[in-house]
Amino acid sequence: MEQRTNHMEYLPDMEQIDSDIKDRVIAEMNAYDPAKYTAEDVKLALEHETKTEEDFKALLSPAALPFLEEIAQQARLETRKHFGNSINMFTPLYISNYCENYCIYCGFNCHNKIHRAKLNYEEIEKEMQAIAKTGLQEVLLLTGESKKMSDVEYIGEACKIARKYFKVVGLEVYPMNSDEYSYIQKCGADYVTVFQETYNSDKYETLHLAGHKRVFPYRLETQERALMGGMRGVGFAALLGLSDFRKDAFATGMHAYLIQRKYPHAEIAFSCPRLRPIINNDKINPKDVHEPQLLQVICAYRLFMPFASITISTRECQRFRDNIVQIAATKISAGVDVGIGGHSDGEKKGDEQFEISDSRNVKQVYDALCKNGMQPVMSDYIYV
Amino acid sequence: MENDKLIIGGHEFNSRFILGSGKYSLDLIKAAVENAGAEIITLALRRAATGNVANILDYIPKNVTLLPNTSGARNADEAVRIARLAREVGCGDFIKIEVIRDSKYLLPDNYETIKATEILAKEGFVVMPYMYPDLNVARSLRDAGAATIMPLGAPIGSNKGICTKEFIKILIDEIDLPIIVDAGIGKPSQACEAMEMGAAAVMANTAIATAGDIVQMAEAFKKAIEAGRQAYLAGLGRVIENGASASSPLTGFLEN
Repeated sequence: MEQRTNHMEYLPDMEQIDSDIKDRVIAEMNAYDPAKYTAEDVKLALEHETKTEEDFKALLSPAALPFLEEIAQQARLETRKHFGNSINMFTPLYISNYCENYCIYCGFNCHNKIHRAKLNYEEIEKEMQAIAKTGLQEVLLLTGESKKMSDVEYIGEACKIARKYFKVVGLEVYPMNSDEYSYIQKCGADYVTVFQETYNSDKYETLHLAGHKRVFPYRLETQERALMGGMRGVGFAALLGLSDFRKDAFATGMHAYLIQRKYPHAEIAFSCPRLRPIINNDKINPKDVHEPQLLQVICAYRLFMPFASITISTRECQRFRDNIVQIAATKISAGVDVGIGGHSDGEKKGDEQFEISDSRNVKQVYDALCKNGMQPVMSDYIYV
Repeated sequence: MENDKLIIGGHEFNSRFILGSGKYSLDLIKAAVENAGAEIITLALRRAATGNVANILDYIPKNVTLLPNTSGARNADEAVRIARLAREVGCGDFIKIEVIRDSKYLLPDNYETIKATEILAKEGFVVMPYMYPDLNVARSLRDAGAATIMPLGAPIGSNKGICTKEFIKILIDEIDLPIIVDAGIGKPSQACEAMEMGAAAVMANTAIATAGDIVQMAEAFKKAIEAGRQAYLAGLGRVIENGASASSPLTGFLEN
């Protein structure tokens, strides 16, 4: 096996920014011992109107699990105060699944034998037309992480096409430098989400064996570079189940918290993905992150940052999704296809990133929201 | 009370309750407007959809004045562009300016708000700026052509009541424009309190949206606002802070 590169070292083309946020997040996470917290700490946390960092730690600890009902009740109240009954709807659009990274849990990884494809501009437009017909006004553009196969210009062009059909265009692609984000923002996208996967750098190194993504600090600074490039909002996530999920969730929250303090205008979003099976490996599972633990994490995010947007993925089943939007999540995807080219009439060209659990179309999710007393919102933003 | 009109930018209104629309389902808007007796309803332009799904504009009764807001704007320039867009899509000339560069508390940026007010007032908009209650800023907004001033009672969505009471009183005393308390009002009694103080109107959204029964709460607010207004017009009696006034006056020794 070839020698693995140093995952803490920036590659020559990677921008290094002057910021202490990365080090603070890691130091805070290392100091967090979830086992240390007691029922008393959790009760105290629930009493505080504004949750402190200590409260957030207590709410994520095993000691908080018996209080899940109370926590959910409080989370629901906060969600209602900040969002009313609004739930934003969107769908992801995968435009390429070429990837140069070797991340052992991901279906797109470069050693996984799957059908690879990249949509040309015409195909992108066709897919977008098909999505826009469903009534959605927000689209999230995704690629595998290959700067060679889907370069910045390609993504920029896709954003320009997306602007013709959608009011809100988000991005979930490989991390870029701030000048590249600035270019992409002008092309029409202004929301960037990058999953850190795990904030434990030792664990990270064992999961991301090759490619740009292997460089841990560059990935951790993505949100800040995106904001420096003029993006309106940034999304954070740990892939729960890769490492100690409590510490990862804590680091995710602290990361968002520190970014928001430094960039007060930044809109903050969380995603809460758990591990899912992939093509050629159906054994992958979320390990110790069962539904109660996932609910605990989502509610802890809500209580720590009541104003943040929280997205619930199709990785979760219909039952969980329909309920979590009534408690803490504020954004839900629908009509999801995580392969390449599956929205329009043509044949699917490339394989999926992971297995989804909730395959409902836009109308079905829309109707379910209404039935549960929620208000589906297609757009909550004007790009001006 | 019958001739007691709220006048904003030359337009007359009988109701002093401005209803928010963003946090509850569209099918409740009509009932909420009716029960609240509201004649003005706010509308986040960023929510105003086009296309084949539910559009908030379809749910708002035609006799109600739309007050589009510029939520989502982070500076004066963006607020101005959103306002122009609102006019283009047929939302009329009223515009509530919201410029927010703080995603946590959603507190308004007064400086940028003044800049946007100046530009939009010159373009003929009826400008209603949402602001943090500061007297100097209120004067600048007035001078820039604002039609009303909309100071916050507490952070948006907090339902905490009029935390900025003393400062809103100063605006009511010093600024000859309708002062409309916006944001933070959590229950009818607080709306009533604002009206007793002399506020020209009250705006609420979250308080209604988070109520057990939205339509009933809208009506409760209507009554509270009317009661507060009537009390203000009637002239509140004086409050004696420390017991009753002395029966043997201190000045009794004086010769006439």
